[in-house]
Amino acid sequence: MKDISQSIIKVDNDEKTSGLAQYVADIEMDGMLFAMTKRSSIAHGEIIDIQYPQIPEGYYIVDYKDIPGKNIVKVIYEDWPVFTEKKVTYIGEPIMLVIGPDKQVIVDILNHIHIEYQVIEPVFDWTDSVIDYHYDKGQAKKMFQQADSIIHKEYQTGYQEQAYIEPQGYIGYPEGDKTTLVGSIQCPYYVKNAVLQVLGEKEENVRIIQATVGGAFGGKEEYPSLIGCQLAVAVKKIQKPIQLIFEREEDMTVTTKRHPSKTSFEAAIINNQLVALKAKVGIDAGATIGLSGVVLSRALLAVSGAYTINHLDVSGHVYRTNTVPNGAFRGFGAPQMFFAIEMFIEHVAKSLNEDPLTFKKSLLAKQGDFTSTNGIFRDPILMPEMIKKAMEVSDFQAKHQAYESSKAYKGIGMSLFFHGCGFTGSGEKDVIKAKVRLKKDHDKQVQILVAAVDMGQGVKTTFRKLVAHILDIPIDYVIFNNPDTDFVPDSGPTVASRTMMIVGGLLARAAESMKKKWHKNSSFTVEKEYEQPDYIKYDEKLFKGDAYPAYSWGVNVVEVEVNPYTYEVNVLKSWAVYDVGKAIDERVVLGQADGGLAQGLSYGYLEVMNHQSGRILQKNMTDYIIPTAMDMGEMNTYIYENPYAFGPYGAKGVGELTLIGGAPAVAKAIENAIGTNVYKIPVTPEYIMELIKNGKN
Amino acid sequence: MAKISFILNGHKQTIDTNPNRRLLDVVRQDFKLTGPKEGCGEGECGACAVLLNGKIVNSCSVPLANVDGQDIMTIEGFSKTKQYHVIKDAFAEAGGVQCGYCTPGMMIATESLLRTNPHPDDEAIKIGLSGNLCRCTGYHLIIKAIHLAAEKGEGLW
Repeated sequence: MKDISQSIIKVDNDEKTSGLAQYVADIEMDGMLFAMTKRSSIAHGEIIDIQYPQIPEGYYIVDYKDIPGKNIVKVIYEDWPVFTEKKVTYIGEPIMLVIGPDKQVIVDILNHIHIEYQVIEPVFDWTDSVIDYHYDKGQAKKMFQQADSIIHKEYQTGYQEQAYIEPQGYIGYPEGDKTTLVGSIQCPYYVKNAVLQVLGEKEENVRIIQATVGGAFGGKEEYPSLIGCQLAVAVKKIQKPIQLIFEREEDMTVTTKRHPSKTSFEAAIINNQLVALKAKVGIDAGATIGLSGVVLSRALLAVSGAYTINHLDVSGHVYRTNTVPNGAFRGFGAPQMFFAIEMFIEHVAKSLNEDPLTFKKSLLAKQGDFTSTNGIFRDPILMPEMIKKAMEVSDFQAKHQAYESSKAYKGIGMSLFFHGCGFTGSGEKDVIKAKVRLKKDHDKQVQILVAAVDMGQGVKTTFRKLVAHILDIPIDYVIFNNPDTDFVPDSGPTVASRTMMIVGGLLARAAESMKKKWHKNSSFTVEKEYEQPDYIKYDEKLFKGDAYPAYSWGVNVVEVEVNPYTYEVNVLKSWAVYDVGKAIDERVVLGQADGGLAQGLSYGYLEVMNHQSGRILQKNMTDYIIPTAMDMGEMNTYIYENPYAFGPYGAKGVGELTLIGGAPAVAKAIENAIGTNVYKIPVTPEYIMELIKNGKN
Repeated sequence: MAKISFILNGHKQTIDTNPNRRLLDVVRQDFKLTGPKEGCGEGECGACAVLLNGKIVNSCSVPLANVDGQDIMTIEGFSKTKQYHVIKDAFAEAGGVQCGYCTPGMMIATESLLRTNPHPDDEAIKIGLSGNLCRCTGYHLIIKAIHLAAEKGEGLW
């Protein structure tokens, strides 16, 4: 039998290249109405009065008064109203939908709805701390008392917008007593559970179907629950098909983004060694908390980076501000923390006059070491050989030295990083409880029934390939349709680099059971439920134990040139080495590697987003710069096999890992080029100018 | 309202409509050709790309009046050509397709590029793709796909 990693042609190529794939905007229904949103124009205040124009026949207003159930979107922390009732807490907060057959008329109605507010002083500073976490490892306090010296530095990261090319959207329609939504979503059951709570409906009366998804990157994890709830309320009231699709400006200014962060580190130094680390991490939640606590957790768990530091004192805070809510984005807190810790370790080494690479290698995490939360890195860690590979192919050492002493404005940087695969802690066991189903019919066809969404990462191909490979049948006999909650069990959301490792792992077990019972002419179903490996024990409150069952690892090297006059950064080349356990399809992994690194690099130097008094300033693809083909340097990826016992064929997480190392690698390359330390991303030309003008630091 | 005539995917069409409407809306709504996608609505992302007299344009930025008497080809028409089959096979082989939302536009961009430059180097390909945004692939495997298409389709352009 072939090695499963050998690439096959993706199953959905033809429908996508030919333009036949149906995205939500391509679905048209008879008598379909359109919905647009009236939003808050101020950052903080109370609605005193709303004046409506004459509403023509066939047009509708839908607001909080139409909600039959609870006016809260079900996400991890439930503080997000579906439609605000009185209080507005950010610019763009949804107040009502205006619905009707003609978009022009809707716009006209929206323009004539006048809302009077009592303004409350908005909060933009990070002062309102709503979640506070703290944990210790070892004896940090004692080490800081004994320290020869203490090194203190601070790091900052900015917003990042997912900028999927397909904006958010749904079409909703009634089916008898049922309310059905078809949408561009990552998590069909998140939407279903949210809608059930808002409609106060029975299970069978809400149906969620995934349309082809035009990119997501976390941006379609929890946000679609909000607009799905709004549309469900509208469909329930009006009983007609309704399309709700965002335009780019709306999408960019009101949907969730990557949390901006500030990290303050102190290192206790004894005998020129880093023995203890104190970290204080803050992230900006925006106006609602939502997933912010979990994002913060993931950041805190990565506090010591790819290194083992035995004494830690870690605290973190989620701050609420009157700005657009932030949420899930590929990496989920890890990109912020890996930027900070990767820069800090390098800066500490420089302060101590140690060679950064030797310094880092001496701290590198090894199999059997304790993780930041006193869990154990149980599996082999291949980082030493991965680093060696990355250095060889990039000629790192020679270039780094040459650029350091030259005025060529060229630089090379390297980042070391990992990603914890699957939900943090006991999330899989206690919250998600994933269930998968395989169904064989009389014609030898096998249907995959899971809620996992192909949003471009290729899971339609890799799941079919996985099941076909185990059953030893042609891939054409394996069917995997877009999830529809009327037919698929809840295998959990398509997030957290869990899809192949967790859901794929369950499918592999189901396929193995099916193979044992296989009989040509019989039809039967196999179901599997998640069972946590029993060694995984984690205390969420104390931050103690194994936070993840497995870790994927990576090394990125990036070479840049900085224009000596404009300070613009040009990425020349990149080299990436990843341990993802086992690639279920090599070409799919290579595609994730390129795309993730591109997003990570541009997070580090290109993608600028900010707000002014709560108003997002970048409103479209012209203002918010994501890389074009012109921005890309040569990319080289190397995949290492290191099978994980509970992953299918040893597979671990891939999708998020590939984004995490880009920003620190590019920031370090820029440091190498300009000869001064970098403390924040994105490293814009303005920031480089400031660093150069202020001289060496 | 005005009568506008044009060739759409090889067939002559005449419609009586507001000449200020965007070409994108006309092909999607009036002709149910949903291959061209709306990504940004301001000519920046290229998801709505079509061929206008054989050259790539963003159909969201073209008022219908501008296409009177012109030849338009959307992905639906282009997908019937030999050139398309070479390009789409190259994208499949290289791994240039992920979420697919930019992909019809990428097909059109590749065709437009290869028509003017059948043997583009990396730089020419990057310039050729610079009006088409992709958030999934980092472009690397798309660039590889275009080299492959140029090689496999030798003589077609």
